[in-house]
Order: sequence, then structure tokens, then C-alpha cells
Amino acid sequence: MSNPTTPSGGAKGPSPVAMIALLLFLLAAVADQTLFSEPYFARKYVDLKSNERIQARHTGADGESRTAWLEPTDQKIVSGEWKPVEGVDPVKWTTRPAVTEKEYEAVQAELAANPGTAPTRTLEASPIDTLGVWVAAFLTLAIFSFLWRDNPVYKVAESLLVGVSAGYWMVNGFWTALVPKLIAPLAPGFTQSNLLPDLQASSTPGLDFALALVPLTLGFLLLWRLAPRGGWISVWPLAFIIGTTAGLKVISSVEADLLPQSLEAMKPLVVFSPQADDAAKLGFDFWMSLSSLVGVVGVLSVLVYFFFSVEHKGAVGKTARVGIWFLMITFGSAFGLTVMGRITLLSQRFEFLFTDWLRIG
Amino acid sequence: MTDQTPHIGPVRRLLVRLGDIDRRWIYLSMALAVAIPMLTGLSFPETPGKMSSATFDAIESVPAGAKVLFSFDYDPASEGELQPMANAFVHHCAARGHKMAFMALWPLGKQMAEATIDSILLANHPQYRYGEDYVQLGYMPGFETVIKGLTTNFASQYPLDVRGTPIGNIPLMSDVKTLQDFDLIVTVSAGYAGAKEWVQYAKSTYPDAYVLAAGSTGVQANQLFPYYPTQMEGLLAAVKGAAEYETLVAAAYPPPAHPERLEEGRRRMGPQFVAHLLMIGLIVLGNASMFAARGMKGGRR
Amino acid sequence: MFKRGIPIAILSLTGTLLVAAHFSPMTQSWGEVVLNWFSVVAAITAILGAGNLLLVNLEKISSRRPGWAYSAITIAAFAAMLVFGFLKIGAVPNPQNPTVYFAGDYETRESAYGWMYEYVMSPLTATMFALLAFYVASAAFRAFRAKNIEANILLVTAFIILLARTYAAELLTGWVPKDSAFFFVRLDAMSTGVIEHVATAGMRAITIGIALGALATSLRFMLGIDKSYLPRS
Repeated sequence: MSNPTTPSGGAKGPSPVAMIALLLFLLAAVADQTLFSEPYFARKYVDLKSNERIQARHTGADGESRTAWLEPTDQKIVSGEWKPVEGVDPVKWTTRPAVTEKEYEAVQAELAANPGTAPTRTLEASPIDTLGVWVAAFLTLAIFSFLWRDNPVYKVAESLLVGVSAGYWMVNGFWTALVPKLIAPLAPGFTQSNLLPDLQASSTPGLDFALALVPLTLGFLLLWRLAPRGGWISVWPLAFIIGTTAGLKVISSVEADLLPQSLEAMKPLVVFSPQADDAAKLGFDFWMSLSSLVGVVGVLSVLVYFFFSVEHKGAVGKTARVGIWFLMITFGSAFGLTVMGRITLLSQRFEFLFTDWLRIG
Repeated sequence: MTDQTPHIGPVRRLLVRLGDIDRRWIYLSMALAVAIPMLTGLSFPETPGKMSSATFDAIESVPAGAKVLFSFDYDPASEGELQPMANAFVHHCAARGHKMAFMALWPLGKQMAEATIDSILLANHPQYRYGEDYVQLGYMPGFETVIKGLTTNFASQYPLDVRGTPIGNIPLMSDVKTLQDFDLIVTVSAGYAGAKEWVQYAKSTYPDAYVLAAGSTGVQANQLFPYYPTQMEGLLAAVKGAAEYETLVAAAYPPPAHPERLEEGRRRMGPQFVAHLLMIGLIVLGNASMFAARGMKGGRR
Repeated sequence: MFKRGIPIAILSLTGTLLVAAHFSPMTQSWGEVVLNWFSVVAAITAILGAGNLLLVNLEKISSRRPGWAYSAITIAAFAAMLVFGFLKIGAVPNPQNPTVYFAGDYETRESAYGWMYEYVMSPLTATMFALLAFYVASAAFRAFRAKNIEANILLVTAFIILLARTYAAELLTGWVPKDSAFFFVRLDAMSTGVIEHVATAGMRAITIGIALGALATSLRFMLGIDKSYLPRS
């Protein structure tokens, strides 16, 4: 991640500036949302969706009984194939997918047009999401404030980003990889009853347990780096990481890059293709031939330029110079495309500020 | 310092002065170059180029109802460029009736996929049922090793979906043994691990098993050009690629709801136009200023 | 032996095993096992990174170094994410197993973790990168100098790309018919020519160079010739 922080005189320690700025911002948010029936700034809407599951049991032809949590309207229950389990309370909860202001207004208009009918969807303003937009707008402006100069508001936003990102990656890695791939084989019973109820019992639990000990050990040794002494032991897991990467790279560099890319560069230099007026006749194709020639000359000259073990003099030097020109065009294209990308990222942030927060444009 | 030089015209003097301009004026000009066209709604028609058309054709080449693996290999930092591509890809595949599995090689890719499923897939194609027509596999740490693992045993990398269901119990995934059981792989990629790794570890080993299409950020696009079209059938480069592809998809399959969500790329081309002109202007001015100051007493550089 | 012998053995063994897995179906499942371990180790590196961050910032706070309050904010944000994520605060139940609390999805927009992602992490990350648009503009004005032939080539290419990839191409050269003999003066044709032929050739050579380098480096590691990763002494 790029870190544009430069050492500067400002922002030496805790400063009330950032807190005051945030407070003013939140006050403005509350005022905008409460004082006006039609707020000037963002108001987010959600679709309240209620969910319900009841536990049901099904006894198959073989007499085997299975239970599952189903919607009360599920065809299996309606048909009587599955019977609700008695004495088990249904579980209810609400999800709140976001909807646009337009959708909200459409539903309101529909309700106003047909008074007395039950609404098909329950759309309502969501204070927590509206607050979220204000927080996001504040943080966006806080980061942009760095363009003026380094300041406490920017620093607060930056520190927040570092903390939140680290937490995000850690939690994500835990639930996505460690639980199914490490904790499940080590403690299948615990995992099944608390974390992953649908986990199927392995046919080789002993082997899985033993195999899971390896990454557990490697991970433990990796974390040893944080200990004051003996951090060198983390070179073992490091060797494993490098070994895996090297083992994959040996194959892929040859199979994906070296061979196919060399083949692509070896094209016939003189190309004949079907004529425009008579497809049966082949004629010299100037542009295709030029393209092949440029391709071959480009690849060869750049590769010559990369040969640093030969002195770049005489014919080699001239070829290498052509190679440099090819590289310059390559870098020029990369520069143009990079500039393009950076500007798009800025557009997206401005769109957020204008559309989501300020509701203009 | 410049006043001692005898013959210096006002233009040259201005140019020399310009060389020392505060960087914040440049920042302001960039902000305005993006903001003004956005607020005035400046927009242009798009003429799809060769690569974007090839990408569209690549998706069309797969029979309707085929199995597609989406890999969301980016995060909010590249959302501006890549989300329009992701939106168009998902809408295109849904309009073709493809079955979709979503995964991510970037931790935040899962969230990007989740947002696309909500705002595009389910909003425009409410008939899509979880588990039967689409499935969310989430993020898996391991970079290219994940791809390599998928090519030999899908369930070894993704034993479960995000809901904790073993993938063998998910109708859509029940006959997927390896990556090769998918017909199309679409990666929306911002860098490592992403499009390049999909070429290196999936497409190059099994060139005939699937069609590979990639949406790429501008920064990364150059690296991918050599792979197109032999090792990668489709490639969208930067927001221009997104805008062109959007045009093709929206023309062929008009979205039933929320058409504006398939216009994001095209909408951004207005600010892009002005900002590109500004960039060229800045480079030219910077050089003019340098030449104006050259040879002058105390002149820069 | 512990500091050098074992790590070299681990590296060579994993590398060789993965190469073998590629060529033989018999060893394929071994490769899968190794790749699975890698996933776990990769997830643990995230913990290592977080642990490091924690140590550095705690040290800053305890020694009251300048800016320690910012470290406190970092740690508070980090801790909040851990609590929200590990305890799945506000998460909706898993529809298939609604009674198992920890089976719920912690990342949906109903949860605290999801809120932090949507309204804190996502805007911060995106805006951090949006700053680059300003820096690249400033750099273009200050550093992009047409000093010699090479710089001029680079500049002209960049101009072609910048113009051709917007509507400017159509405005400037759109009047040249596409099927005329002079179609190549059209900016879009020039841009396609530059990208698909010249830049691709240059990039192809770079790709081949990188592949050769990666192959050599990987083999040096696996054969134990390159030991730069080992601790000194």
C-alpha cells in the first residue's frame, strides 16, 4: 500500500483538531437528518426483509430420520412431506439490503396511490447507514486534506485505515482458511457443533489430524518471529513458502511464459492473405507483414538490450538501441494506461461525494 | 533573478514563473477537470474496439447455461476501474443463463463479489437461486497456489462455500471435481494475484479446458497484452475497456432494472476526457517552462 | 544444522514435490496437501503482520513517542475489527443452521464488521489510491521532460494513448475514413498499433526475460545454491 506520508512539522501529537472536525461533521449530519423532513444530504434506505426458519423432520422410506431448518412456506412443509419438530421454537431475524432512493420513492408513491393496501415491501430510512455515508464522506475528505498539507485529521484517518485493514485481514484469514483447513481437521467435533454444523465427518480423521499438524507447526514457528529470542526459527516456514513458490514457478515460467511467448514471437515475416475482391486469391498483406516484422524485431532487440554480459558496442549496441526505443514505447503505453487508471479512481471518489453524500450531479 | 536578463518577453517570463507554481494549483486543476464534467454530465458515445469486442465474443462463445467461475481479484482501491467491468461481466453471463461461482484471491474481493451479486445479479435477474444458479465461495488465502490447487482438486482449496455448506452438497458444484469442469473463467484483476496468475497456473496448463476473460486495471494491462489473444481470449484494459464492453453488453442484453448500474464506465469517460487533456497540457506546459528557463541566469535545470 | 540444513531441506523437498506433482498423477495429491498447507501458512502470515503492527504501536504508546495518540487509534480500530469479526457482532444467523451462533455470516451489511468495511475501510482504501491521480498530475508537470530521443518516444506514445483512449480520438481524427489508405493516421488505429504490436513486442521480451529469471532463481533456491534467505552467522 502506498503511504504518502511525508515527515512534516504538523501533527506531532494528539490534537483536538480532528475530534472537533469529526464532531462538527456528525452534528451537521444529525441536524440535516432531523431538522428537515427532506434532508439536503444523503439519506440511505433499506428493505426490511423478515426471515423465519422452523425445524422440520423427514422420515425416509428406509426409516432414517433427518432434520433441517426450512422456511415455513417451503414446498416440503406445505406438502406435508416434512413435519415441523414440536417443542422447537422458530428462529426469526431481519436482513436489511440497501435500496436506492428511487425505489423508496416508488414504493411510497404506490402506497399513496392505493391507500389501505398492504405494502409489498417494507422500505424505510436507515439511520445507521445514513450515518455510515457521513462517516465515509468525512474520511474521504480527511484523506483528500493531505493534498493541502499534512494535518491531524488526515493522520487520524490514516491510523484508522491501518488498524481496520490489519483487523480485517486477520479475521478474514481466520474464518476462511484457518477454520476449515486447520481447526476442522484438528478438532472436528468442536468445529462441527460450534462453527461449521454442515461439516462432514472425514473418512480418515487420524491422517487429517496428522497432516494438519504440519501447517500448525509452521505457523507457530512463523509467529515465533514476534518473540524476543529465537526468531531465526521462522526461516523454516519461510523455506516452505519459498519452496512452494519456487516449485510452482519452475513449471509456470516455462509453460506459460517462456515457450508460448517465444512461439508467439516467431511468426512468418511475409504474410499472404485472401484478397478483398477475390477471397480465393492470396495477396501480399502489407500490414500483417509489418506487424510480424515489428513483433520479431521488437522481441529480439529488447532481449539483446537485456544481455548485459555482452558489451553494447557495434552491431549489438545498435540493436540494443532499437531495443531501448521499443521499451520506451512500452513504457509510454504503460504510463498512459496508468494515468488513465489513477484518474478513474479519483472519479469514483468524486462520484461518491457528489451522488451518495451531497446528492448533486 | 530573471529581471536582469535583457531580452525576455512577457510570455517567456510567465512560462518561467509557471515552473515554480505551487503544486496545489495543479491538484486543484485536476480536481476541477474531474468534477466539472461529472457535474455537467459530459458524456460521449463509445465505439467498441477490437479487444473489447473479442471479450464480448469470448463470453458469447460459451454455450448458454454453461458454468462460469468468477474470480474477484481486486479491492475498493480499484473499484472505480474494475467495478463497471464486473457489473457488465456478471450481467452478460446472467443474460446468457450461465451458472456462476464467485471466488476471490484478494481478501476484499469477496465483498466486491457480494456487492455485485446484490446490485447486478439479483437486482436484474431475480430468478437466480443460491446454490443452484450461483454460489459464493469467498476468499481463499494462498495466491497462485489456490489456482494450482483448483486445477487438481477443487474441494481441496474450497471445501465449503461462505455459508459453511460442503461444496459437494451444493447442486451447482456437485459435479465440479476440478477447475476444468468450468467452461469459462472470468477474472477481474487489479494485480498480484490475478489475471497473470490465472494465465500461468490455469490457462497455460489446460488451454482447451476453458475460455479465459480478464478485466484489468490500466496499471496492470501492459503486462497482460502479450497473453492476448492466444493465452487469454478476452481482455478489458482500464475504464475505456469497461465502457466499450458495457456498450456491447447493454446493446445486446438491455438490463431490465437499474440500467444506470451498467453505465458506470461510460459515465466516467467524460471526466476522463477532460483529465487526459489536462495531463497532456501539464506535460507540454512543464516542458515549455523548462525550455523557457533554459540558458537563463539562475534558470532551472 | 537447524539454522541451515533443515530449511534448505524443507525448501528443496517442497519445491521438488510440487514439480513432481505436476508431472505425475500419483504425486498429485501430495501437491494438493502442500498447497493446502500453504493456504494455512498464508493466513497465519496475516496474523504475523497484525502482531507486528500491534507490537510497534504498543511500543510507541508505552514510550509516549510523538504521535502516540495515532497509534492508539490504530490499535483501537484493530481491536474493534477483531471483536466485531471474531464474535460476529450483529451477524445474521445462517439460514441452514440458525441456532448455531458462529455459523452466521459476519460480513453482511447487518453486522458491525460489514458496516466497518462499507463505511470505513472501503472509502479509506479507495481515497488513498485516488490521491495518486493528483500526484501523477504534479509529476507530469515537473518531471516529464523531453530531454532526448528516448524521452520523446515515450512522451509521444503516452500522448497517443491518452488521446486515443477517450473521445478526443474521434474529435481529432474521426474524419479519416477507416477503410482509406490513410487509416493509420487515425488515433484509435495508432493506439491499437502501439498497444497490439509495438508495446506487446516490448512486453513480450520483458515477459520472456522475467520467465528466464524466475526459472533460474527458483532452481537456484531449490538446489540450495541461493541461500540469501537464511540467517547470517
